[in-house]
Amino acid sequence: MPALLSLDVLLIAALAWFAVGLAGLLAPRNTGFIAKILFPIGALVGAIAGATALRFLGDSPQVAVLAIGLPDLPFHLRLDNLTAVFAILLGFVSVGISVFAAGYFRHGEGTAPGLLCFEYHLFLASMLMVLLADDGYAFMVAWESMALSSFFLVTTDHRHAEIRRAGYLYLLIAHVGAIAILLSFGVMTKGSGDYSFDGMRAQQLSPFWSSAAFLLALFGFGAKAGLLPVHVWLPEAHPAAPSPVSAMMSGVMLKTAIYGLLRVSFDLIGTTIWWWGVVALLVGLATAAFGVLYSTVQSDMKRLLAYSSIENIGLIAVAIGLTLIFHAYKMDGLAALAMTAALYHCLAHSGFKSLLFLATGSVLHATKERSLGKLGGPIHRMPWVAWLALTGVIAGAGLPPLSGFVSEWLLLQGFLFSPGLPHPWLNMIVPVGAALVALVAALAGFAMVKFFGIIFLGQMREENLKDAHDAGWWERAGLAWLGLITVLLGVLPTTAISHINAATHQLLGVGLGERLAAQGWWMLAPISPGRASYEPVIFLCVIAASVLLGRWLVRRLYHGRVRRTQAWDCGYWFQGPRAQDTAEGFSQPIRRIFEPMFRMERHFPGVRDEKPYYSVKVEDHFWHWLYLPIAKLAGGVSTLIIRLQGGRIAIYLLYSFLTLILLLLVARPT
Amino acid sequence: MNVTGFLAQLFAIALALFLAPLLTGWVNMCRAWLQNRTAPPLLQQYYMLHKLFNKDVVLAHGASSLFRTAPFIVFGCMVLACAIVPTLSTDLPFAPAADTIALVGVFGLARIFISLAAMDVGTSFGTLGGRREMLVGFLAEPALLMVIFTTALISQSTSVATIVETLARREFAVYPSLAFAGVAFTFVSLAENARVPVDNPATHLELTMIHEAMILEYSGRHLALIEWASSLKLYAYSCLGLALFFPWGVAAGDSFPALVASIPALLFKLTIGGATLAAIETVNAKMRIFRAPEFLGTAFLLAVLGLLVRLLLETRV
Repeated sequence: MPALLSLDVLLIAALAWFAVGLAGLLAPRNTGFIAKILFPIGALVGAIAGATALRFLGDSPQVAVLAIGLPDLPFHLRLDNLTAVFAILLGFVSVGISVFAAGYFRHGEGTAPGLLCFEYHLFLASMLMVLLADDGYAFMVAWESMALSSFFLVTTDHRHAEIRRAGYLYLLIAHVGAIAILLSFGVMTKGSGDYSFDGMRAQQLSPFWSSAAFLLALFGFGAKAGLLPVHVWLPEAHPAAPSPVSAMMSGVMLKTAIYGLLRVSFDLIGTTIWWWGVVALLVGLATAAFGVLYSTVQSDMKRLLAYSSIENIGLIAVAIGLTLIFHAYKMDGLAALAMTAALYHCLAHSGFKSLLFLATGSVLHATKERSLGKLGGPIHRMPWVAWLALTGVIAGAGLPPLSGFVSEWLLLQGFLFSPGLPHPWLNMIVPVGAALVALVAALAGFAMVKFFGIIFLGQMREENLKDAHDAGWWERAGLAWLGLITVLLGVLPTTAISHINAATHQLLGVGLGERLAAQGWWMLAPISPGRASYEPVIFLCVIAASVLLGRWLVRRLYHGRVRRTQAWDCGYWFQGPRAQDTAEGFSQPIRRIFEPMFRMERHFPGVRDEKPYYSVKVEDHFWHWLYLPIAKLAGGVSTLIIRLQGGRIAIYLLYSFLTLILLLLVARPT
Repeated sequence: MNVTGFLAQLFAIALALFLAPLLTGWVNMCRAWLQNRTAPPLLQQYYMLHKLFNKDVVLAHGASSLFRTAPFIVFGCMVLACAIVPTLSTDLPFAPAADTIALVGVFGLARIFISLAAMDVGTSFGTLGGRREMLVGFLAEPALLMVIFTTALISQSTSVATIVETLARREFAVYPSLAFAGVAFTFVSLAENARVPVDNPATHLELTMIHEAMILEYSGRHLALIEWASSLKLYAYSCLGLALFFPWGVAAGDSFPALVASIPALLFKLTIGGATLAAIETVNAKMRIFRAPEFLGTAFLLAVLGLLVRLLLETRV
């Protein structure tokens, strides 16, 4: 009997997830069984899937055909290096989230836990199938089951009208995107009717049609990933969903859209035209800047993270845009650099954003509160969650020595060494792009400080926060796992890049890995050590050594005495929790500096108000400029059409009669 | 990494630790002279550090573990920054550990920790300081990166050592882009080191302070470490500016005589630089906090202009 192929193992993993989900349906109300047995099994399956994909990296593609699907179009499956990189991401990140969920779903809120377990594991299995699919039909089936299962997960707490509304918006945009993806596949088949990916690769498209396919894919996958202007579902759906689901959607599902975009633009279409890259670059820059600005002014912790996800997806799109430009001009080394930045940011963002979403889940459970303005001080009650969240915050702010910095560093290197492009005005875009990326990174720091500082630090803003308790061991383990991923990706970038190198090779024909391997595992120098290098290990060691040595010396030479007393605060007498910044207060400088970027409704207290209050509401411009007009138009058209419905049977009979007459007049027998 | 190199690196770090308070003291002296005051002694910073280390730490009731860890981390970050910036030589073993972008990241890391620590106790001034520090930070950081990109484009490298070597050993030519970058860098350093006109290191006037507002609750050894770290930051910025725009006199090797030989040049440059800083602080008035975005926005635009000038006008030179 031949040994199991990696593809078989992954397929079995998908089936196992499905089976775990079904098992949940057997005892839908038995929370203990579902949380403490099924979710850990799901995590184990995730670990196996991730490890299998990791071991596969660098091998030649494996294909399989399943005997299900349409009669003349069975499911084609294929495991190659690009799939493997994203399967690693899915597998390992889902481990942390599933372990966390084992502790999180203990109460059984909203939907019955068994149903939730089924939806959750179906979601995981369909994401894996999206990665494995090798024909348009299988891809769309998996894609749709992913969208549907996540829709039901988002509406877990469906008794609230706003959550149903968020779910509806998500479903709507997901389907607009799915139509675009389907059309893109249709264009790529060139009318041959062969929907397998191999068939699409074989077609030679004219520049017009390949551009159409690319733009449709960018729109369709962008709708799932949250690119401008189809991002509006993200800040609605993420806060509505339970935290492990938000973590899964933000950490993993958005990346399947990136996977799809990479698959179509570098693998299926086969050619690259330089202006595609410019489009992706500009859309990405706009998305990143928009996302980070809005994330700084949010008052709901999960909305803040959702906008921050939009920002990160924007940065990934920027990296993909750069890759397309370099690839179109055959600048292979730089293309590999930018592609590595894109893939690395996918991995890094999965780790730290899932971590942060899960941390908000723990805070939510402990305090029943998700508005930043009513939190404060949990670091005293929940030190584990706070310190692990701090890891995610530093990575999310793009600071060394954690994972978010590596990809931003690679991206900036890609920008910096790009001069030499044939178009002079392309060379002009590059510094402006680099400046924007730098601004986005700095603003991300602001948003992350706001997130951590207002939630975890300071005095408790409400009385009930005193009862908060630290997360249980399952939740801590899940958070710690994701924290470990964040640290490892930050400290060992060269090792990680030598692994994702296989995918870069597959898509571009070149990779960074060989050059990096020659310099040793501790050094990251994508072009040459003289040009740019980064050694996070030494970095970390110097900081750690000075911290420890400094502490030891101070204790040794002086003393370690500590006294506790009231805070000084310049002698100011009022020190209650109300004296601290609220979420709105903290972001006031941003609202003031970038005022035209926001749509604000503010109420200021007057001089003689008996009960003065201040309120500010920040809304999305796109909502008012794009979505409401479309909704209005659709509503108007519907009211016109509704006039046809008289509600009386005689009128409907008249319609049928008229139609019949018309058909008799028009249609002729041939 | 050989032993000589490692020792040379340690020597450079030790020199930074020793010289940094001296530089702050020198700036304060010059400022006092220019303002017709009696100057504090040059060693005033050492006296202060010694006094603070001896004192008990008085912690607020609401201070968490983060509050107690942050000073050490900030100090560690600044030591690392001083190890990366080529103060004496461009050929030190830690130089490849971080390039200029990572150097900006180190400053960012320190900033995040000090801002979070400021928010930790939960006083009105603490959060105010943290917010303002992040405001100045997100305005200054991109400008600093743009300055660095300009120099990186000239030398085709982001490694600090390579940039300095290229700039020091080029044939003498005037780069207009470097002039833009130099002005922008001066603006950014003033803001980042909490200097007039963005912040005033000497004030405790509630509504105008930024840096001081953040460290109000610190005392004893924690405060000493933060003050030392501020000195180190000023030292690192000064050395970075001097190395980028006046790169002469920095040794290329890591041999001991070469290092010692480059100390006088460094001292000379720092003396002039410190006096200039005091002069800038004396002739300017502190701005309102919401003028700071304009100030730093100007720096950002200048730096982008420098980058564009480099890309469009100088590439064919």
